[in-house]
Amino acid sequence: MTVTPNASGDSAFLQIQDVVKDFDGYKAVDHVSLDIAKGEIFALLGSSGCGKTTLLRMLAGFETPTSGRIVLNGQDLAGLPPYQRPLNMMFQSYALFPHLTVADNVAFGLRREGLPRDQVDARVEAMLKLVQLTKFAKRKPHQLSGGQQQRVALARSLAKQPQMLLLDEPLGALDKKLREETQIELVNIIEQVGVTCVMVTHDQEEAMTMASRIAVMSEGSFLQVGTPGDIYETPASRFVADFIGNVNLMDGTLAVDEADHVVIDCADCRHFVGHGITGTAGMAVTVALRPEKIHVQRHKPVDDFNTVSGVIKEMSYFGSFTVYQVELQSGARLKISQANTQRHRDDELTWGDPVWAHWSRSSQVVLTQ
Amino acid sequence: MAAGPVLDPRRWPIWRGRGAVIGLPYAWLLLFFLFPFVIVFKISVSEMENVTFRDLVTFKDGLLALTLKLGNYTFIAGDDLYFKTYLASLKYAFWTTVLCLGIGYPFAYFMARARATVQPALLMLVMLPFWTSFLLRVYAWKGLLSENGWVADLLVGTGLDQLLLALGLISAPGKLMNTPFSLVLGMVYTYLPFMILPLYGNLAKMDLRLLEAAADLGATPWVGFWKITVPLSKAGIIAGSMLVFIPCVGEYVIPELLGGPETLMIGRVLWDEFFANNDWPLASAVAVVMILTVIVPLAIFNKYQAESQEART
Repeated sequence: MTVTPNASGDSAFLQIQDVVKDFDGYKAVDHVSLDIAKGEIFALLGSSGCGKTTLLRMLAGFETPTSGRIVLNGQDLAGLPPYQRPLNMMFQSYALFPHLTVADNVAFGLRREGLPRDQVDARVEAMLKLVQLTKFAKRKPHQLSGGQQQRVALARSLAKQPQMLLLDEPLGALDKKLREETQIELVNIIEQVGVTCVMVTHDQEEAMTMASRIAVMSEGSFLQVGTPGDIYETPASRFVADFIGNVNLMDGTLAVDEADHVVIDCADCRHFVGHGITGTAGMAVTVALRPEKIHVQRHKPVDDFNTVSGVIKEMSYFGSFTVYQVELQSGARLKISQANTQRHRDDELTWGDPVWAHWSRSSQVVLTQ
Repeated sequence: MAAGPVLDPRRWPIWRGRGAVIGLPYAWLLLFFLFPFVIVFKISVSEMENVTFRDLVTFKDGLLALTLKLGNYTFIAGDDLYFKTYLASLKYAFWTTVLCLGIGYPFAYFMARARATVQPALLMLVMLPFWTSFLLRVYAWKGLLSENGWVADLLVGTGLDQLLLALGLISAPGKLMNTPFSLVLGMVYTYLPFMILPLYGNLAKMDLRLLEAAADLGATPWVGFWKITVPLSKAGIIAGSMLVFIPCVGEYVIPELLGGPETLMIGRVLWDEFFANNDWPLASAVAVVMILTVIVPLAIFNKYQAESQEART
């Protein structure tokens, strides 16, 4: 989003150094290292059981790393219990105190600091104003909607002005429509406050829209760390390409290996890729191709490379775009997404139509792992 | 319940089924609590006539007369033995409840936080004493606390009897039986499971993430306990306290076996009036006053609880 990782900083704001968490022989987090800059919104993205929540809980202090160090703003967090750490967490499904009012929930952390009453009240009021819940100060959490509860949780975790904010599936409990609105609102508030933020999510869309950088996690390790654009357009592995968005994966062999281009032979076509890769001729590679990078048409394209023919087997209309599944000669299916730029195309494609698909020489990503 | 849905014919059969299920315990209470209570009340305002009670309502010479004898109540009000006994009953019941809560809460807390696999075993251990007759178990304390009982020896040996003496719980060093100490000990011992079980039920279903949230916001475990765990277990504390306090007020067996002359409780007075003095009307009056002293404050408290529950939803 708007915040870019600061590259100039001497040492990172949060340093995770070779952290391992071992649960009775099962490595939930396996030698993970990461630097996060001040002001970043960083997302740990992965499916359930990938270790992202364990890593977040080690930051909060609810789990102790088996080995490795976590350093926040120059301070080693080892040995600090959760209640002494200068960071706050917004819990999954919020964990609001059911017996306290909204205002008392927000004031809870401030009262623990022993702040004078008028300062607590002023701060609570400011926080409730920030999340637009001033009217609801006297309500109990169960009298609020899901979106309002989410905002109370945010206000509560920001009230102490933490050095870092941890978000555990911040929007997981909301329905889709509300989630989209809240994503932007949440980022706005976080940027307004200017707090460094680490979030955990299994929802790639949430990670892409909210985070300035993303770490894709699987089986306790980072597979790739980068901006949303990096991860989407240049995935480092089959897993990442497949996990983020939709992709067509085609196995092939490296036929021509030149410095400025390569050619890859696959079952249904020859790929011409307009840049060199590190590899040797004859090695097995995978070509990843995003559905929206492919053009579908009735006539044979001029180029022999990057061209396949097939028959439309499935069509899914999404309004703004349509996804076609084209069965190729080998029996493999190619997913193609076309934006519906015209209201009524003169010559609409439909089930059973024989078609040609074509893509440009810079569309593919060649994966060697 | 609102009248609307009940009158809705589509919901009739469901309502009737539910009514039967709810109605059964009510019928039970009506038959075995309210009805006998009315009889007891009737006796308490009756006059003895040789061996039977005189009818409350008489019709003679065209005169319908309702005779209520209030003498028993004025007698109770006038003789401060009764007042003191009521007070003593409430006092011992109160201290028993406080001690049960003090011992039972940590017990229930650690039981609820124990590993899930050992919890059934711990629960079993709490209920195990019920397998032996309550009377036998209370009787056993007589032996344990009398002069050569090992509990008595232990307390005297460690000098704890001096402490009890200083607190006024026993009247002479080494004499533990038939004192307020032995009485409250027996009641705490007997009623402790009734405190632990509702507390355990309450604490076991608490959302532990709330404690993590409290810790995250800077609450030490101790503060988290007082600010989060205790307020959220209020319902369990109230339920356990009622289950201990109410039966303790009217307790007869334990004061009889373990109490002494200074620990006269209302159950004992009731027994004496019924069976030693054979004064049923007076005994009934004592019983009615006892029930009212327990039930009226509880009913008010319940009403207040229900209203605050209502306000929450």
